[in-house]
Amino acid sequence: MITYKDIIKPENLVYRRTPLLTQKTLSFCPGCGHGTVHRLIMEVVEEMNIQQDTIGIAPVGCSVLAYEFMDIDMQQAAHGRATALATALSRLMPNKYVFTYQGDGDLAAIGTAETIHACNRGENFIIIFINNGIYGMTGGQMAPTTIPDMITTTSPYGRDTKIMGNPLKITELVAQLPGTCYVTRQSVHTPNNVRKTKKAIRNAFEYIKQKKGTCFIEVVSNCPSGWRMTPLQANKWMEENMFKHYPLGDLKVPSNENVKQ
Amino acid sequence: MSEVKLMKGNEAFAEALIRAGTDAYFGYPITPQSEVVEYLMSQKPYETTGMVVLQCESEVAAINMCYGGAGAGFKVATSSSSPGISLKQEGISYLAGAELPALILNVARGGPGLGTIQPAQSDYFQATKGGGHGDYRLFVLAPSSVQEMADFVPLAFDVAFKYRNPAMILSDGIIGQMMEKVTLFEPIPRRSLEQIEKECPWATTGKKPNRERNIITSLDLDPISQEKHVMKLKEKYEKMQAELRYEEINTDDAEYLIVAYGSSARICHKVVSIARKQGLKVGLLRPITLFPFPYKRINELANKVKHILVTELSLGQMVEDVKLAVEGKVPVYFYGRTGGAIYTPVEILEYLKTKL
Repeated sequence: MITYKDIIKPENLVYRRTPLLTQKTLSFCPGCGHGTVHRLIMEVVEEMNIQQDTIGIAPVGCSVLAYEFMDIDMQQAAHGRATALATALSRLMPNKYVFTYQGDGDLAAIGTAETIHACNRGENFIIIFINNGIYGMTGGQMAPTTIPDMITTTSPYGRDTKIMGNPLKITELVAQLPGTCYVTRQSVHTPNNVRKTKKAIRNAFEYIKQKKGTCFIEVVSNCPSGWRMTPLQANKWMEENMFKHYPLGDLKVPSNENVKQ
Repeated sequence: MSEVKLMKGNEAFAEALIRAGTDAYFGYPITPQSEVVEYLMSQKPYETTGMVVLQCESEVAAINMCYGGAGAGFKVATSSSSPGISLKQEGISYLAGAELPALILNVARGGPGLGTIQPAQSDYFQATKGGGHGDYRLFVLAPSSVQEMADFVPLAFDVAFKYRNPAMILSDGIIGQMMEKVTLFEPIPRRSLEQIEKECPWATTGKKPNRERNIITSLDLDPISQEKHVMKLKEKYEKMQAELRYEEINTDDAEYLIVAYGSSARICHKVVSIARKQGLKVGLLRPITLFPFPYKRINELANKVKHILVTELSLGQMVEDVKLAVEGKVPVYFYGRTGGAIYTPVEILEYLKTKL
């Protein structure tokens, strides 16, 4: 008879928690995409064996506690300023891998200037942009990326674009800038998408190694708590509504190279 | 071999940055300090010492770049003038909260608002009492010559790294723009990454297998541990009292004491010499550090003089600290010009004579 002892052997191991995630229990809400993206970044850092050379930046928002979970050197930035910190770090230590991990309010509202100018200068670091169309940590207010008619605590009757302006497609914007080398939009709501996002993160780290310029990965994500939905409802709503405004796929890949997806 | 040059205060500061082994400077143009970034770009230190020089998209970005570089243990600096320094205040508060060393130069101008591009000393409160949000202090130096614009750079870095606290050089449009002979100190080489890692074990240069990960943050959501952190900062500011510096001129037999800093001290130096020629026993105390402030020494001098005159190119800011120091022992008078207007030595002396 086969027992569990026969199965739990190193050669049968197909998946394990990367040791680059700390033992601390994730503080994100059930169903939230943050934890998955945290894991993917740390898996890539582990696979490339670059823990010693990687510095992450977590600014204000739900992403602020990333340093609790990632076992790498990290800095916490003021709201919106992650790419300014990253500019200094990557210029002062050009052989290190620097990434920022920012939400939509941070990156596309208060930090718009820093985002655009860092991308335009072609700073050699990675921007990981979690877009869930809402300010999660402060309780579900309208974000720069909130889609039309979407209900938030500060657009309780839905985002009326005549009054509240339009959602900002900042990823399309940075893709036009000469400094960005790789701009892609992904998601982590299905196993297939998780694999694609991981591949995109890996690509970005490889381009940074080759000093190709700014890599920008948007992850369209959910916010079950902020959206007042169950995790499953949130993923379905995201597919049906968010992806229309934020279609998945590569917006820019380094020239003379096809990125394998 | 030391080198003597005729330079503007802003240029002397910039040259001193290169010579002090600064790793990065992040700036943004604003009058009257734009010569700092102009001089650095003309000297191209990125080709010699490897110093990073970047003209940023805003003062906000510049101070946050300082935060990033400082968090990895590098010697970083920024400069601006009053309105730009206001924009940097959030970042300065974060630097203080995260206990990061950095050098900030304010070549102050008249305000409030866009104000004027002419010199003023109306940023004293902002520099010495916090400026940004939260409980914190900066180490503040006030140069009164082009020589000090250069010499205070390595001093400010030393204190900033010793205490892991941002340091500010509070200058103004007079000191920044005027040209004087300056003896430049011998260049200090930039530290290697290995040296930085040794001297700054807290720096985020990448987690080594032999240590825990380093985290640079000012966030602590638990009120009790946040209070503990702020109390630790308080202890640090108390220890920083050891860095007190001031200069006295003719105070031994003074009957009347002037207290002035920076450009005003320079003007008041002249007041003292004119007054002495007229037989008036006037002395001058010049605080060189504005934080820490020479409360004790001013209190001692208050026992010997008939009254104290504070002059500032403002409505009167440091005068409050002088009054605190004097504890009501003698009258404390104030004479100020503001909005970019500057007093002459004779003007101050005439005012002083009305109080005899």
